[in-house]
Amino acid sequence: MPITRLMCAALAVAAFAAPMAPAAYAQSQSKTVAITAIVEHPSLDAIRAGVIESLKAAGWTPGQNLKVEFQSAQGNPATAAQIARQFAGSKPDLIVPITTPSAQTVAAATKDIPVVFAAVTDPVGAQLVKSMDKPGANITGVSDMAPVAEHVALIREIVPAVKRIGVLYNPGEANSVALVSKLKEEAGKAGLAVVEATATKSADAQAAARGLVGKVEAVYVPLDNTVVSALESVIAVGQQSKLPVFSADTDSVGRGTVASIGFDYTQVGRQAGDLAARVLKGEKPGDMPAVLAKGTDLYVNPKAAAAQGVTLPDAVVKRATKVVGQ
Amino acid sequence: MSEIAFFGAIEIGLVYALVALGVYLSFRVLDFPDLTVDGSFPLGAAVAAALLVAGANPWLASFAAALAGAAAGLVTATLNVRFRILHLLASILTMIALFSVNLRVMGRPNVALLTQETVLTPFYGLGLPDHLVRPLVVLVIVVAVVLLLARFLASEFGLAMRATGANARMARAQGVDTDAHIYAGMALSNGLCGLAGALFAQTNGFADVTTGLGTIVVGLAAVIVGETVLPARMLVLALIGCVVGSILYRLAVQVALSADAIGLQASDLNLVTAVLVAVALILPRLKAAAGGAR
Repeated sequence: MPITRLMCAALAVAAFAAPMAPAAYAQSQSKTVAITAIVEHPSLDAIRAGVIESLKAAGWTPGQNLKVEFQSAQGNPATAAQIARQFAGSKPDLIVPITTPSAQTVAAATKDIPVVFAAVTDPVGAQLVKSMDKPGANITGVSDMAPVAEHVALIREIVPAVKRIGVLYNPGEANSVALVSKLKEEAGKAGLAVVEATATKSADAQAAARGLVGKVEAVYVPLDNTVVSALESVIAVGQQSKLPVFSADTDSVGRGTVASIGFDYTQVGRQAGDLAARVLKGEKPGDMPAVLAKGTDLYVNPKAAAAQGVTLPDAVVKRATKVVGQ
Repeated sequence: MSEIAFFGAIEIGLVYALVALGVYLSFRVLDFPDLTVDGSFPLGAAVAAALLVAGANPWLASFAAALAGAAAGLVTATLNVRFRILHLLASILTMIALFSVNLRVMGRPNVALLTQETVLTPFYGLGLPDHLVRPLVVLVIVVAVVLLLARFLASEFGLAMRATGANARMARAQGVDTDAHIYAGMALSNGLCGLAGALFAQTNGFADVTTGLGTIVVGLAAVIVGETVLPARMLVLALIGCVVGSILYRLAVQVALSADAIGLQASDLNLVTAVLVAVALILPRLKAAAGGAR
């Protein structure tokens, strides 16, 4: 008896939900884009707005020839997995997962629906793409890896005499290790050498920073939890030795690094939206290189710069999004 | 609801059925409210992922994940039994500690398993579509666990464990070593959660430190929904109830995910899920009340 009741319940659930299958709404000319994020918070919502903005610019207007579905897992990865399967089953023209766990559940759920991810820091490490240039399969997207190339360019602009960049990080943090290898690549392209200094705990950061004095012309602090939590001790070394300290994140500029370039998340979304528009026009995601997010927010701290022995060029201050430390 | 979404919900329901069985053991059999599961579930995922990336055999990795979960359960039991810390607090302490442990085990917050060999790999490409293979493999594991658990709880040791939860003082008077049964029960309960975490990581292609969030709520909901739709006095039926409850919970989430068609937003998901589960709980009572009035 309970078994039959149970089956009735399951059938009722299925019957109730069947007419809601989004595929039923798909029209011949219009496209369906399914977007999912692990949670809803301002940065991720800005990405979603940016995606829709770009699609609109490319000629797909929501409500006219574009149907946008959105699901938030509300912080729960099991729900994210269910959302991924719901999308795999409703067969939209494109799925846009935002953040790493959402992208991984979608990648596990479908091998044929095109996918354009956004805000995945390390798409290769997350096994979403084979390489940034040739993603392969059905997936491409935008990585929000720090814009290291732009950071290197900024350091060269502010410290023209730079030959060697010192980088201070904890080798136990996977994210930092990835950033440092990126830094070596980008610095190499610019003809600069990278000198590494490591600190496995916050208390070692100052000693590691001192070790760089005399060996480098600028110090770069990646988004490393260990070093950033001891940032003041590094900045103290910068002031004592007139060695400018740069950071990968814009928040640290307020604490006393010279300058940084960070993201505007709407812009990250627009980049993903551009890729999405190309997919809707018929390009294969696997052939489209995954791109790095462009940094657009420039934070500068003239007071910190002066204390660390450099002057910010007027051009840099003029185009800064925010001048802090006044 | 599409076929893929439907079987996806069943698959995730079956994975979480192992959590529900674990919660049934601690919450119902031992009368021990245990929040360790929010940590032992991602611990299982972390251990399995770390071992799979290192090239271990998937079954071995899943077994190690279960052992790691069991060890977490033993820590909570030790804090409670040996050091007399209140069970809720003891389990919260273990849970928050496990967050750091999980980061250490994985070395970073997220480990991808999209290209690793898993327990499912040998079953793909046998002719069935992937979205059926996954729930079938998990179903076999869940059935095996239910049978073993039913057998265990009917054994002399299992009966003593049930006596420990039902009335510890009387159990002790009968010569039962209640402490030993709390240790064993908590290890078994969290071992099941660790195994669930390992299966979740393998069916979804990643382990993430945030995977544990709300596991206890889902487990409890599954146990209670199961008891409601399958009110049973027989132990094996109660265990099946946990499995059924877990699947129904996931189907409820799946329905809630389609709720935008009736004007609800994505942000309403948790509310809709809660309402659906509440309705499932209230309906049988209303029916019973109507029957009583007649």
